[in-house]
This record gives sequence, C-alpha cells and structure tokens, in this order.
Amino acid sequence: MHLTSVLVIGATVIALLVLAVYVIAVRTPEGKLDHVGGMRLVLWLGAIFPTVVLTALLLWALPAMRPLPHQSGDLRIQVQGEQFWWRLRYEDGNGPGVISANEVRVPVGRTVVFDVTATDVVHSFWIPGLGGKMDMIPGRINRLVVKADKPGIFRGVCAEFCGLSHALMAFDVIAMEPSAFDAWLASARGVPARADGRGAELFSANGCGACHTVKGTPHTAMIGPDLTRLGERRSLAAGTLPPTLESTAAFIRNASRFKPGARMPAYSAMPIEDATEIARWLRSADGEAGR
Amino acid sequence: MNRDPLKWHERLRVSLWTLIVPPAVWAGHFLFSYLWASISCAKVGSFARFPTLFVAGTVVALAIILVSGWIAWKQQRMTGDPPPHESGTQIDRLRFIAKSTLLLAGLSFVAVLFSALPVAFLSDCR
Repeated sequence: MHLTSVLVIGATVIALLVLAVYVIAVRTPEGKLDHVGGMRLVLWLGAIFPTVVLTALLLWALPAMRPLPHQSGDLRIQVQGEQFWWRLRYEDGNGPGVISANEVRVPVGRTVVFDVTATDVVHSFWIPGLGGKMDMIPGRINRLVVKADKPGIFRGVCAEFCGLSHALMAFDVIAMEPSAFDAWLASARGVPARADGRGAELFSANGCGACHTVKGTPHTAMIGPDLTRLGERRSLAAGTLPPTLESTAAFIRNASRFKPGARMPAYSAMPIEDATEIARWLRSADGEAGR
Repeated sequence: MNRDPLKWHERLRVSLWTLIVPPAVWAGHFLFSYLWASISCAKVGSFARFPTLFVAGTVVALAIILVSGWIAWKQQRMTGDPPPHESGTQIDRLRFIAKSTLLLAGLSFVAVLFSALPVAFLSDCR
C-alpha cells in the first residue's frame, strides 16, 4: 500500500486510541487502578505497543530502501552541480554523449543511473518523487539509480546549502515514454535548425559565447549552461523563472537580480530590444519562437 | 524476618555504573556498526564482507544487555517495603536503580536490534 495512506491511517488510528484512553482515564473513578495495574498499563501501551508498531514499520520500510540494481547498458546521466545550476550529460552507449542543462529527461520503465558530482561546493541532487537524495561532492562521483514507473513531471532540487541562490537551484524531471525519449535523445544529438539573424550577431558581439555553448554555432564554451535547447525547457535559470521571452531578456540583462550570487555578469547597458532579440534567437530552436 | 541467603546476582553491588551498562553497550554497538560498514566499504569495497563478525558483535551486545536486564529484573524484585520506592533506604535505592536499569535494558535491546536490522536488507555501499 502507498506509504502516505499507511502513515495517515496509522496516525489517525493512534490519535483515536489516545483520545479513547484519555476519555476512559477521565471517567474512571480515582483509586480504581492500583500500582501494579497502572504499571502494567504503562508497560503495554507505553512500551510494548509502540515497539511492535515501530518494528513492523521498520521491517516494512527497509526493503524499499534497497538500492536498485543496474547494468552496464543502462542509460547514464552525469550531473554536475554548479553554483547555481545543473550540468547534464546523457550517455546511452549509442553515440556521443548529449550535453544539456537544468532539465532532466528519463524514460519510463528503464533504469537510469545518475553519476553525480560537483565542481565548486557541495550540492545535493534530490528528486523526491523518484528517489532519495544524493550528495554531489567535488572530486567524487556518487551514484543514484532510479526508475520512473509512470510518465509525468517531477521536481528536483538542490538539497544541500550551496550559496546565495541555493533555494533557486531546482530542475524539472520529465519522465517520458521510452519511444518518445529515444526520439528526443536522437534529436538532441543533432544540431537544431535555428534562424540566423540579429540575435545571433548580438550573441557573438556581446561575448555570450565566452561562457555558453550553442550547438551549430562557433560558440562552444563550457563555463555556463549549454543553451542549445533552451527553448524546450519548462523553466529558465534552473527552475527560477517562467520560460518566456520577457523573462529570458530580463535575465540576460541582470542575472543576479533573479539569482543572487550567479556568476553571469550584468549587461545593464544592453538595450532591452537587443536582449529580447538574443532571447528570441536562443528560444527559436524548438520552433516556438517568442513563447 | 527469616531470609534465604542472598543469591550471586543479589549480592552484586548496584550503582550508577551498572545502570549505564545497557545504554553503553548500545552506544558501542552503534559505533561498531558504523565502523564495520565503513571499513568494509572503504578498504574492501563491498558491503557485507564480514557478516559473521557483524552478527557476532550484535549477538554479544544483545547478550550483555540481556544479562544486565536479567540481573536488574531479579534485583528489583527483592523483598522490601511496598511501593513507591522513593525513600532514602538501601533497599529503595537498590530497587529504584535496578528498575531503571531494567527499563534501559529494554530500550537498548530494541535499539540494538533496530540498528542491526538494515544490514539484513541493504546490499551495497551506496
């Protein structure tokens, strides 16, 4: 049975029992219970009953904590925690790894191995709907194995305080049907079609390519998040802003207004029209320009 | 009052030191569990490397707690005045500390079991 139902029903039953004992205690005339009877009551209700309940809960819950088995052919996703975003690399053994950021896609019903680490400070990778949290420690690779059993969108967060924008370091996990996932991964391996234009020129002219990669352009820097498929993500700036043209433009001009402590410099002198052009160009790759 | 000669466990001196035997064993077993798991994982690289050692350590811990609890059980039943045992007499002192030791032994027994149980279910070092 579902953990939540068991806990809710259990808590209700115990609360009712406590109330019943309370009512009985108030109604019973004084002196009815002698010392031995009272001690016996404390022993059974206060010690033996909770011990049995807790033991049963422990025995029931422990098997669920067993780490999932995995094999060498399973999909591997390397995740690196950075202040304050997630660097991703998908490896399924069928070609070069696919680099992405801030949004994880997993196939339903298949085992997925997350190899997590960090580059700056300790972060922690946590998708409450899919598995326990796993610390991301610089210089060390920790492994978390999950398996989504139904399609849907799960929220993931950083679960270890990592700096000013720790609370703004989140991501979505999209559990997709395996065939849809395979199609997505194959297309992510390629170079998306993107309209050339003023946005591309502005992106180069403002030096954005010094930190960001946009596949299919000369920009291949790895300091900031890969922006190749920015347009398909459900959020902007690692779960912080809505995926709109306006918020993208605003973020470009002053990232640390939305994410205090972010490494990206402010471009306050950049006209809003230019920022919007860059945003439009970045978001155009998924065919939903101007969303 | 005509009493039988005291048995060996009734002749044992009861003190705050005997009181903390069960929780101290619990603490020792707790430390032992962590050391066992981390040394197996770090040095040998696999989880249940010496399960016999762990089972033996757990059995020893449970046995010490059981003996301590049994002695306390016997001592707190020694003849004396009726409850509550709260006077400053020798027998009240004995029965009070023995009863506390017994309760602590019960708690420690369950606690040692609870900290040993995960080993039966977990299978690797992750």
